[in-house]
Amino acid sequence: MQNVKGEKQRWAVCLLLAMVLGVWSSSILAGSIEDQTLLLAAELRCPVCQNLSVADSPSEMATQMRELILEKLKNGETLEQIRGYFVSRYGEWILLAPTRKGFNWIAWLLPLGVILGGAGIIVLRIRRAIRRGHGPNGDASRPLDPRYASRLEAELKESER
Amino acid sequence: MIATLGRFSLWLAFALAIYGAFVSLLGVRRRRPSLIESGQGAVFAIFGLTTFAVLLMEAGLVGRDFSLEYVARNASIETPLFYTIIALWGALEGSILLWIWLLALMTLLTVMIDGKRQPELIPYVTAILLCISAFFLLLVTLPANPFTTMLPAPLNGRGPNPLLQNHPLMAIHPPGLYAGYVGWSIPYAFGIAALITGRLGEGWIRTVRRWSIVSWAFLTVGIIVGGRWSYEVLGWGGYWAWDPVENASLLPWLTGTAFLHSIMIQERRKMLKIWNVALVIITFALTIFGTFLTRSGILSSVHAFSDSTVGPLFLVFIGLILFFSFGLLVYRSGKLQAEGDIDSLVSRESAFLANNLLLLGFAFAVLLGTLFPLLSEAVRGVKVSVGEPFFNAVNVPIGLGLIFLMAIGPLIAWRHASLDSLRRTFIRPLCLTILGASICWFLGVRGLYPFLAFALSLFTAITVIQEFASGAMTRRRNTGEGYLTALSKLTSRGRRRYGGLIVHLGVALVVVGITASSVFKLEQEVTLKQGESLQLGRYQVRFDELSAWQEPHRFVVQGNFTVFNSNHKVAEMRPAKRFYPTEQQPIGTVDVRSTAREDIYLVLSSFAQDGTTATVKALVRPLVMWIWFGGWVMVLGSLIAIWPDRRRALAADQVEERMAWQPGRS
Amino acid sequence: MATWKKLSLLLSIIPLLLLLAYGFKTNPREVPSPLVGRQAPAFALSMFDGSSNSLEALRGKVVILNFWASWCFPACYEEAPHLEAAWQTYRDRGVMVIGVDIQDRDTEAKAFIERLKLSFPNGPDPQGKISIDYGIYGVPETFFIRKDGTIHYKHVGALDAKLLKAKIEEML
Repeated sequence: MQNVKGEKQRWAVCLLLAMVLGVWSSSILAGSIEDQTLLLAAELRCPVCQNLSVADSPSEMATQMRELILEKLKNGETLEQIRGYFVSRYGEWILLAPTRKGFNWIAWLLPLGVILGGAGIIVLRIRRAIRRGHGPNGDASRPLDPRYASRLEAELKESER
Repeated sequence: MIATLGRFSLWLAFALAIYGAFVSLLGVRRRRPSLIESGQGAVFAIFGLTTFAVLLMEAGLVGRDFSLEYVARNASIETPLFYTIIALWGALEGSILLWIWLLALMTLLTVMIDGKRQPELIPYVTAILLCISAFFLLLVTLPANPFTTMLPAPLNGRGPNPLLQNHPLMAIHPPGLYAGYVGWSIPYAFGIAALITGRLGEGWIRTVRRWSIVSWAFLTVGIIVGGRWSYEVLGWGGYWAWDPVENASLLPWLTGTAFLHSIMIQERRKMLKIWNVALVIITFALTIFGTFLTRSGILSSVHAFSDSTVGPLFLVFIGLILFFSFGLLVYRSGKLQAEGDIDSLVSRESAFLANNLLLLGFAFAVLLGTLFPLLSEAVRGVKVSVGEPFFNAVNVPIGLGLIFLMAIGPLIAWRHASLDSLRRTFIRPLCLTILGASICWFLGVRGLYPFLAFALSLFTAITVIQEFASGAMTRRRNTGEGYLTALSKLTSRGRRRYGGLIVHLGVALVVVGITASSVFKLEQEVTLKQGESLQLGRYQVRFDELSAWQEPHRFVVQGNFTVFNSNHKVAEMRPAKRFYPTEQQPIGTVDVRSTAREDIYLVLSSFAQDGTTATVKALVRPLVMWIWFGGWVMVLGSLIAIWPDRRRALAADQVEERMAWQPGRS
Repeated sequence: MATWKKLSLLLSIIPLLLLLAYGFKTNPREVPSPLVGRQAPAFALSMFDGSSNSLEALRGKVVILNFWASWCFPACYEEAPHLEAAWQTYRDRGVMVIGVDIQDRDTEAKAFIERLKLSFPNGPDPQGKISIDYGIYGVPETFFIRKDGTIHYKHVGALDAKLLKAKIEEML
């Protein structure tokens, strides 16, 4: 048991490391000013379209917005400043992903919470079932119907093959 | 004439639906087979009447009968015949008519195919399906009547929305999607019938399995073809925008996928009975929810039909479905005890549970993201947007987990997998995957998510191939058959399993296509003078000239471009803008040149009136074709899985019947 | 399942339905501007007639800033006469009406002005800088700017004479 736990921790550390590496490598990918323009444009909602980003939209307004971002970047403004500029003009609505603060955390964290909660319930139930069954062959006090048992074994074997 | 007949047949169908539902229930309560048969007669009659109504509508469209408001709004003298015919599903009223017809057809098929095999359930199934029909018939008889007339009749109609008369895929995408949506009514009806009758064994699951796979396959076709339509028509270079209506079609697909997997546990191990009924209810409710979103206009979307009054009725219907179904479920939940137990954390069963958890988590995240703008406005009074960056950030990790499970799930043993068997099964795929992943790294795949997506898809493909190869090898050794015979015999002996594996392979192809086409996309938008070229990756795109001409129903301006790959001419491409008299803004027509390796995608953004310059948006997107191809592989797998296998099915049903009423564990 | 679990499962349906019902009350295409009540962004505009205008120079006047386009039919065609009438009525009382033509071609815009006989100053916004600065997401949209340069009100869609008059009177 101790061994298993140690292994799990190792896995968790590896996973964490991998995630950090992933975030790190994607953040240094943002290279030229043109790339940064597209990166920011992808975060902004094209105001005259239906659910398209400024980066994707073929509309004239989106084109003008991309040009404006490029110009502002050339003037030395940071991505953060330009994002702030658009929010000050259009409101939070312009951001295609809600900012990570306050009420918006619900959107970001609730799915994760639901999955973790569900995983907890499943693991708990399986543990309980295993304890009840005392091992892989089920509880002796609960004999399986012989027909059912043989069919089960046959089917399981077939599908395992 | 058409209008009167049409309205009459819809009203009659509505009355018959109510009548049929009523006598079916009465017949089963009073044990009067004649009443049940009368209910089934109503099913036949409704199918006849709705077919008649659809034909009338088509006659109105093709005959350009502009006294019908629907025809006047969605057809015109200049519209080509093909797009006139498919204008049936170009707007709200017609699309509900198509929906009703599909539902009537499927109800009829259910009664004909399963009537004998499930005599206890079928009256309830009939009644439930007829109630659903009645709701939609109510819509077309009152607020969304396709046979509303206009007096005086206009001389010409407006013609269909230009976006809908631009691409032949419009002939497949909506009907496919609707068939997928409508199809889930049948598993739902069986699930509810099982709840009502208390026959909660595996009988209903066995009956709906095929229906579910068919509906799932239709939904898959609808979604993938919809993506392709969006890619080739909307002109922004993508196939999926996480638009509310797109999300709404993905939701039942996700929960339906979960259902298809979890019923396998119930069939094999008699567990998850409540869960399966709940899943089928959720899936059906989500199909209605999807229609509601498309037709209510509460969220802005490119796919929405605007200005509709049917929204509140849909909401009431959704409320009724949820309260009725879940009320019945909790009322019956005492009867739904599991007979089997899970024996180990490392087993096929728990892999399926994890798969269900992640699919439902994925669906929940999509639903929450779709509705979050409403929630934010209701609670905070602030409008926010939830789009691609959000959905990618939240759902990509979940999706990667799902692909991982997809790779390992089918290979883990039922009940309990020993460490030894795991090692034996996975050592080879694992080595090959590591090899392939290193090649990916070498080819320049960085970033955690794309790297994982490629590696896991590869892992899936390898495990699927290993399954087929080792199975065929064993057969060959034992029977001395040739490789191909062994392979096909193997597949036909275990259609479900091998069909499922092929579906998995299709999913892996789609994932590779999506990842490659979004991560390695090249994009440029440049204004070119005549004779000038732009350089994008390996390609040069030269602007030759503009041409323009008048067609009966539109004016077309086309840019002529020649594409070179290091001085070899690859293609001539002609993106255009089409000017419709009914539209303020021109509709762009993209030109896409697809190969298995990559797509070149040209959009004519704007042009000088004198034709000397053109602004063109050029994209190179790798492996897009893999997405469409993977979609068809998924459909092929589904077809293999449902292909009838009469002899074994009957035997299985007999075992099932004998075991149906075994007392469960209390 | 315990009774309270069953009940809570069923009751959880209600908020979901309420949320969807709330959707009918709101219009997803109507986004309130964060600029209202704040200082109007500065702009400089060269007019079609060759003159130029800027918000700086208009300080002390009430400014009606109207964004339009010649392809915006019918809304822009409907409201233009009302704007012209308001301009004629109030121009001597310290009110300035300015039209900003966005995402348009000059020839078509000039034809629009000609056809509707507009005499208030109109100018193009070729790079879209003014429209983005004002957070425009469609045409027509109109900003009502007070004498001190703060934004009093923003209107989306075609204006009518009554609303125009009421808003101008509020600011005078």
